Amino acid sequence: MTAVLVARPAPPSAARIALARVRLELRLFFRERQQVVVSFAYPVVMLVIFASILGGDERPGDIPFAQYFLAGIAATGIMLTSFQAVGTAIAAERETGQLERLQLLGTPPVAYFAGKAGQVLVTAALQLALLLPVARYGYDVPMPPDLGHWLTFLWVAALGALAGTVLGVAVSALPGSAGATTTAVSAFAIVLQFFSGVFFGFLELPGWMQQLAAVFPLKWLTQGMRSAFLPEQAGAFEVAGGWEHGKTALVLVAWVIIGVMVCVRTFRWRRGEG
Amino acid sequence: MHVRGLVKRYGGRAVVDGLDLDVHHGEVFALLGPNGAGKTTTIEILEGVRQRDEGTVRVLGEDPARVGRPWRARMGVVSQGEGAPQALTVREILDHFAGYHATPRPTGDLLAAVGLEEKAGTRVGRLSGGQLRRMAVALGVQGRPELVFLDEPTTGLDPVARRQFWQLIRDLRADGTTVLLTTHYLDEAAELADRVGIVAGGRLVEVAPPDELGGQLRLVTTVRWTEGGAAREVHAEAPGAVLRDLLAASVTGDVPGLTVTRPSLEDVYLRLVGAASTPTEGELR
Repeated sequence: MTAVLVARPAPPSAARIALARVRLELRLFFRERQQVVVSFAYPVVMLVIFASILGGDERPGDIPFAQYFLAGIAATGIMLTSFQAVGTAIAAERETGQLERLQLLGTPPVAYFAGKAGQVLVTAALQLALLLPVARYGYDVPMPPDLGHWLTFLWVAALGALAGTVLGVAVSALPGSAGATTTAVSAFAIVLQFFSGVFFGFLELPGWMQQLAAVFPLKWLTQGMRSAFLPEQAGAFEVAGGWEHGKTALVLVAWVIIGVMVCVRTFRWRRGEG
Repeated sequence: MHVRGLVKRYGGRAVVDGLDLDVHHGEVFALLGPNGAGKTTTIEILEGVRQRDEGTVRVLGEDPARVGRPWRARMGVVSQGEGAPQALTVREILDHFAGYHATPRPTGDLLAAVGLEEKAGTRVGRLSGGQLRRMAVALGVQGRPELVFLDEPTTGLDPVARRQFWQLIRDLRADGTTVLLTTHYLDEAAELADRVGIVAGGRLVEVAPPDELGGQLRLVTTVRWTEGGAAREVHAEAPGAVLRDLLAASVTGDVPGLTVTRPSLEDVYLRLVGAASTPTEGELR
């Protein structure tokens, strides 16, 4: 066909589409009532159960169980709303042809990822805003004592949520139906929780489990959360004998940057080829 | 749109097998063929979402295997699936996707054009099949495309919805939009298309305006009659001579059971499709 060269204005920027996607993702999230309830209630329910059963126990360094567990369950909640929810959602969107439409519209993959990340950050924030008061007023867990600890809490939570989102995007690329992906993602999330020291002291885990967990973001997210919620001397009971903030930031940032670079290239808009 | 020698193989089997195609600016072109003829694969390659194995392809002056967003902005696709989240309303979806285009058609205009004004506040999950297709059309033309692809747009629609859909295509054509659609409905191709290309066995076996389709095949007239209690049949391009001989041989001056028929478009189509696919399958074995 001889192209009729109509001067067309450039399509909207990736940033503008990303913003539109964040709004869309949030709207969709809050319309799925079941998802809202699970995301927000799960960490609270887990805290209540574990703190009620094991409330009298103490963790290394005379830390009450609930205090130790809050760090783990906060990290788990973030993983749930990021990695698990994103991996499952992308597989479903691919199966129902929603991603195909985005591809045909020439949507930059990074704008699509950003939409997911924005939704994850907002929902993770709300989830934590619900969890922390329950821990504080229900189980007397002390909150971060000063601005420095709060800032640690914030950057660890944000980076953890972003790394979890990237991991979710990556795992959605696995072959198979959306149902199969959902199962695989859930199974992986459960195993990762045990490996990463959410339920047990990380120090009590066998060495190979510690090393495997160190590859994934959840271990660092959990450790970073402990550094925000536990007293300074508890750092001595970490594997490295300290909180390793530098290494935590490095691993999580690496997950985000390398992960996005890999996902942009390998992302599949449709099942099968292409 | 210009395609030469297009080949696409799946597991060694050529689904598209040397297809040539030209679609001119502003025309409605129908790719007609049975299921599995390679129509969808062809259209997906032209849309730039599937890689080809061989051949040259130019769509809107570019190779769809290497295109960017400016090219995508010039074409629209009406896909088979709804491709939209079930929990959103029609208006929310249209408003959202407007943000992907530089100069989108206003949502109100789109809703009116596809007759979904009353369903604007309905969630996608509650739309009927026909309404979903109409939303897909609205999304497909939202960015004012120069070229629109429609892959089996009316499959599964009831007759009323089909006719409404046809009107939408005519409106597109009147706006000067080039349309490439695939269908396995003959009447649809005849009704809508300026030219029809028949696809069989991964090749384009015939291209013509609907009323010229079949060319020579269509001229072959069938003369049937009964002779001594047995049905007889003769095919001839000029049946006059056959009839003269029959009448001359008749004692009563009458020929029992005489019919003279020209092949319908459907007969021609079936012969074209049959003629192309049978030897191809034979080669494969």
